[in-house]
Amino acid sequence: MKRLFTVVLVVLLSLALIAGCGQQAPAPEGPKDEPITVGFVYIGPPGDGGWTYAHDQGRKYLEQQLGDKVKTIYKENVPEDQESEKVMRDMIDQGAKIIFATSFGYMDHVANVAKEFPDVAFMHCSGYLLGENYGNYFGRIEEPRYLSGIVAGMKTKTNKIGYVAAYDIPEVVRGINAFTLGVRSVNPDAVVEVRWTNTWYDPAKEKEAAIALLDAGADVIAQHQDTAGPQVAAEERGAFSVGYNSDMAAMAPKAYMTAPVWNWGPYYVKQVQAVMDGTWKPEAYWGGMKDGIVDLAPLTANAPEGSQAAVDEAKAKILSGELQVFAGPIKDQSGTVRVPEGSVLSDQEQLEMKWFVEGVIGKIGQ
Amino acid sequence: MNEVLTVAFFKAAIIAGTPLLFATVGEIITEKVGNLNLGVEGMMLMGAVVGFQVGYTTNNPLLAFIAAALAGAIGSLIYAFLAVSLRANQVVTGLALTTFGTGFASFMGQGLVGLKMSEQFSASFQKIKIPFLGDIPGIGEVFFNHDILVYFGYVTAILLGLYIYKTRIGLNLRAVGENPAAADAASVRITAYKYTHILLGGALCGLGGAYLSLVQVPVWQENITAGRGWIAVALVIFASWSPYRAILGSYLFGGLDIIGFRLQGTGLAISTYIFDMAPYLMTIIILVIVSFRKDRKNAPPKALSEPYFREER
Repeated sequence: MKRLFTVVLVVLLSLALIAGCGQQAPAPEGPKDEPITVGFVYIGPPGDGGWTYAHDQGRKYLEQQLGDKVKTIYKENVPEDQESEKVMRDMIDQGAKIIFATSFGYMDHVANVAKEFPDVAFMHCSGYLLGENYGNYFGRIEEPRYLSGIVAGMKTKTNKIGYVAAYDIPEVVRGINAFTLGVRSVNPDAVVEVRWTNTWYDPAKEKEAAIALLDAGADVIAQHQDTAGPQVAAEERGAFSVGYNSDMAAMAPKAYMTAPVWNWGPYYVKQVQAVMDGTWKPEAYWGGMKDGIVDLAPLTANAPEGSQAAVDEAKAKILSGELQVFAGPIKDQSGTVRVPEGSVLSDQEQLEMKWFVEGVIGKIGQ
Repeated sequence: MNEVLTVAFFKAAIIAGTPLLFATVGEIITEKVGNLNLGVEGMMLMGAVVGFQVGYTTNNPLLAFIAAALAGAIGSLIYAFLAVSLRANQVVTGLALTTFGTGFASFMGQGLVGLKMSEQFSASFQKIKIPFLGDIPGIGEVFFNHDILVYFGYVTAILLGLYIYKTRIGLNLRAVGENPAAADAASVRITAYKYTHILLGGALCGLGGAYLSLVQVPVWQENITAGRGWIAVALVIFASWSPYRAILGSYLFGGLDIIGFRLQGTGLAISTYIFDMAPYLMTIIILVIVSFRKDRKNAPPKALSEPYFREER
């Protein structure tokens, strides 16, 4: 009897594990033509409400747009090591012709697998390697961040905005700088205070970081984190907030004003369509607001009066190319001019950015 | 330094330490009875997701916390059955429970992502100031002006301490953890003791998880515990199996978790990574001290993680 129990229990446990971790989207039934299979490799769970969630929305958009011409498969919580190669090979075994690897750490593994399968198209998010059949893609989230800075700058009364940031890598530093430039374009007296959490994903800890900022006198909270922890802190304290990754209005209805968001869907559709048409070429894609890959979520009623007009104006300038976020003159924290008037930071300089603009309180390398 | 160690900081440290406290005393009672259950993280997540689901549907905080405790207890029941009845390896079983609990929470939470508890629900966790005690300058604000669960944490830890050290049953349960054969000879019902206290421990872990998902960050997100279950396992050693010291340890570790943000504001040049390492470093130091002192009182239960076979007596 005990044996039987054990067997049943073990089977149940393993079933539950399969149900919990290894989900794959069901294949659409009965296609007329052979559908093309697209594989997505995720760093986190689609349920993070953030980074992976945004990619998964893109995947769903792809399915919705191309209907039964496409079949998508995905694997969540894939570590950034050898394991990811196994996952990609497994997807190719299942017929995948296109693979989107959606985290920086997959880069070298994508290149390895791509060389093994020359007839499969690989696209790697946020990296920089380019080869025969693999490219990379990312978005200029700095543009909507700049716009969200305008909203925050108009909202703050204490002239201190708190920014909960994950790690001091160029991607995050660039975001903080763009945000601060946005803030100071409308409110030159405001400062942006940064606190590092050294984590992408720890809701309670990120909330506490926001509380520390609120205790230090901030009245608006912005974030570069994958959870809604900082939003919750602002909500509890009656402060205001700017989210990230996706619309967070439901999580902090009284605090949330807007958020820079990702919109991967159209890009995925374009790439898959190109592969189907046989016109796909590997590229290094860094799209901006005009390409629709990044955007600012709609402003809520919490946003200050007049901010909609200010955002619309700046957005139109960004779309027309008249406004570039990192166009000079830009001073750094010490007051030295880093970008002289008339010049713009090159993409390479942006990708390596390791200094704060004037108006940021905080240190890199702490 | 004075701008960091403020009343607001200590108060935040108590809140950050509360989920740790529940999980730690839960694991202490489990280990006291001779069972190492490494499934703390899994049980916390099970409690967190079930508590959230029930709280969201019923809008009743009491029901939500009861459900969370039950979920933690059910998680530990799986462990108890495997580790006590079937005498499976406790380390492996506990790790499996963590994996299971994590998957269970993701699965259950699929439809909950991004949902927020109602205002009315959260209003039940408003700060309550304790009369007289709450008026003491400084200390009153730090310790006696909190939500009800924080107080419940104090009471639980103290009651468990009294239970373990001052009652007959407590003596028996310690005997089961130290020397089950002797306890068995004294007609203590080993299996019943183990099951009861493992389940109690699981329920407390479930509460710890629910504090995170219902009070601290009342928005559902996957993996909301983010490794706190493992800190609790370290805390048990840090507290050298005493629920009283667990109170101190939990708030200390809670404080270390958040002190980095406040130090950054002062421009003091201490890397935040130091504070991230500190809990584990301190645990190792305590382990070394304990093993040097050969102090019986602070040593781990002797029969910890050994399955008990009556025939081998």
